[in-house]
Amino acid sequence: MGRIVTLTASQTPGLDAVLARHPCEESQLIPLLQDIQDHVGYISAESMRAAATHLNIPESSVYGVVTFYSQFYLTRQGRHKVKVCQGTACHVRGAVEIIRAVTARLGIKPGETTRDFEFSVERVACFGSCALAPVMVVNEKVYGNVTPEMAIRILDELT
Amino acid sequence: MTFTDIHSRAQAAAEPFLDRRRPRILVGASTCGKAAGADDLLAALPGHLKEMGLDIEVSQVGCLGLCYAEPLVELRSTEHPPLLFSGVTTESLGEVLTAYYRNGGGSALATMDDEAHGDAPPFEQLPMLKGQVRVVSRNFGRIDPENIDHYIARGGYAGLARALKMDPEQVIDEVRTSGLRGRGGAGFPVATKWEFCFTEAADQKYMICNADEGDPGAFMDRSVLESDPHSTLEGMIVGAYAIGASEGYIYVRAEYPLAITRIEKAIAQATAYGLLGDNILGSSFSFHAKIKKGAGAFVCGEETSMLASIEGKRGMPRTRPPFPAQKGLHGKPTTINNVETLANIPVIMANGGAAFAENGTERSRGTKTFALAGKIVRTGLIEVPLGTTLRRIVFDIGGGIPDGKAFKAVQTGGPSGGCIPADLLDLPVDYEHLAEAGAIMGSGGLVAMDEDTCMVDVARYFLEFTQVESCGKCVPCRLGTRQLLQILNSMARGDSKPGDIDLMLEVAHAVKNASLCGLGQTAPNPVLTTVKYYRDEYESHVNDRRCPAHKCEGLLRYAVDADACTGCTACLRACPAEAITGEPREVHTIDPKKCIRCDACYQACKFNAITKS
Repeated sequence: MGRIVTLTASQTPGLDAVLARHPCEESQLIPLLQDIQDHVGYISAESMRAAATHLNIPESSVYGVVTFYSQFYLTRQGRHKVKVCQGTACHVRGAVEIIRAVTARLGIKPGETTRDFEFSVERVACFGSCALAPVMVVNEKVYGNVTPEMAIRILDELT
Repeated sequence: MTFTDIHSRAQAAAEPFLDRRRPRILVGASTCGKAAGADDLLAALPGHLKEMGLDIEVSQVGCLGLCYAEPLVELRSTEHPPLLFSGVTTESLGEVLTAYYRNGGGSALATMDDEAHGDAPPFEQLPMLKGQVRVVSRNFGRIDPENIDHYIARGGYAGLARALKMDPEQVIDEVRTSGLRGRGGAGFPVATKWEFCFTEAADQKYMICNADEGDPGAFMDRSVLESDPHSTLEGMIVGAYAIGASEGYIYVRAEYPLAITRIEKAIAQATAYGLLGDNILGSSFSFHAKIKKGAGAFVCGEETSMLASIEGKRGMPRTRPPFPAQKGLHGKPTTINNVETLANIPVIMANGGAAFAENGTERSRGTKTFALAGKIVRTGLIEVPLGTTLRRIVFDIGGGIPDGKAFKAVQTGGPSGGCIPADLLDLPVDYEHLAEAGAIMGSGGLVAMDEDTCMVDVARYFLEFTQVESCGKCVPCRLGTRQLLQILNSMARGDSKPGDIDLMLEVAHAVKNASLCGLGQTAPNPVLTTVKYYRDEYESHVNDRRCPAHKCEGLLRYAVDADACTGCTACLRACPAEAITGEPREVHTIDPKKCIRCDACYQACKFNAITKS
């Protein structure tokens, strides 16, 4: 007996509309996942299953791609996204002190989100704004020549 | 429409912008400029102009390369010479505008005229500009990067128009005459790469622009795409014509949102002008270009990984041969060139390969852009003839090391490169000399390091990066980078064993020789060069449990100097870990168990009372 496939609308709001925008080709997987993340905020198990069905590829392939690329999040992210640059120039100009100050203030490690989903902290390889090192990006705004005190002030202004 | 028509139309449209004696305000608005406050200036300008009763158009331009002086504002008027102001803030903006538009005054960094104006030297005479030859960066800060007419009026797309009148073989020959080598790092001759793909017979070929600038410390490609996106696009179209590709992709890292926006606009404009798409400039040649956004994987800068990523797979490399020129994207012949490489092509096609080859050295022709960053006075983007010495770059152009500190090393080529010490400062920067020193040219990141930099920490930093970014496909890279990092971590923690340095070298050589792709083959370079030039520092870490630069946290202890402490509480307030205790006006103490060694107290103390040992 063949497997019964029930086609139902997804639980995640907006997911079906995102899927409809992408042609059913395997090479669309990464743009599709990027689009899903832009709209949903992260890549849920449901999103991965939906992407696999849409592109007619195994779920394992989708999971493989999601976990390979650092840009994709498997969990819900905070309202404020704090990214501390770890580029070479930032490193020699004190990025380590910035990440320490930020994680100590928020009480989470890089890659984690606060319990109230207010903040997520990430270390990012390089934003290419090396001339202004050390650099911190909060909600897409780039801050240059950051000091530990300044980093804490930026966070405090958001809460 | 013929190219001559397009050109004259563009010239007429761009004239009001390119004429420096017409009133206009230009704000440098690439990522660096924006981070330094360009957006705030753009928001504040209309209000100021209205208040002053001035009706002057404001334009955004790309990066002049003087990142240290951002945000940069160029003011133009009919009465006064055009002046460039640095470090303008929303507070000082009103003053700067008033001084200039009232009487042509104000303390400008430079004049954009040919002759000095008061204390302001001509832009080209600035210390940072002397010695530079701008080919790739020819339009940086001089055009609106989102306006194709500006690009065409300054000679853009003339190279493409010429190329389309030639045979593909003639185009390849012109590039061969130029001696251009790949600017992404490896330095492979561009003409040879194109010829490999040209000679393959196939129903479909692909032209790919590698804009996945992943080396930390490098921002040349970002600057090109943000400041002059059409030059890369034009180079790409010429390349597609030479190899016979009808489709192409620009693979850009997602961390560069502004670059993506600008290249998207460039594609739309070029298509509207008939310079991209079907039957380009009325010829039988058609080429379509699309953008692929990266998803955050350093290894995707490697050709075969990038192809896998564009196909929607995990970006892992594969063995070569077959090379992408034979079996590339979707199994079809494919050429992959880096952003800067392609940005040179329009100049080569317009002025000829021989003119291009006048710059540079025998085997490394032309100019190269470098991203100057780290402990250097004038950070920014520079372009010099290949063969220029490191001393010239670091000291004459970059202005040397800030705060009176001593120069220690310059790191080239990112995680694939190496550290070059002070006694090799007279090394000419070209592909061969850097390789001899154990580093690589890489894509052009130059990070200066001063005496406070610990070389063990630098090597550890790069291995942390490559270990995370190793895709895990081949064993030498996956396990080797991890082992190297573990040894370096133990050195930084102070629990390494005698013989660890030699063990590390042994592992490094294995990783270098046995890895599958460029990532692994070059990952040990930071270790190998730092051991070669700074072995004594490694020995201090291993034998004496001492970090001479006071950098390695495991070997570091913060304390309060009781004689110097005034009890001002500045350190207590700065400490994010509540590790400092003490009453006001009494000597404070640091609890080493709670201390996270963030350096905040050290920086907050105005009395030099915090000691590091």
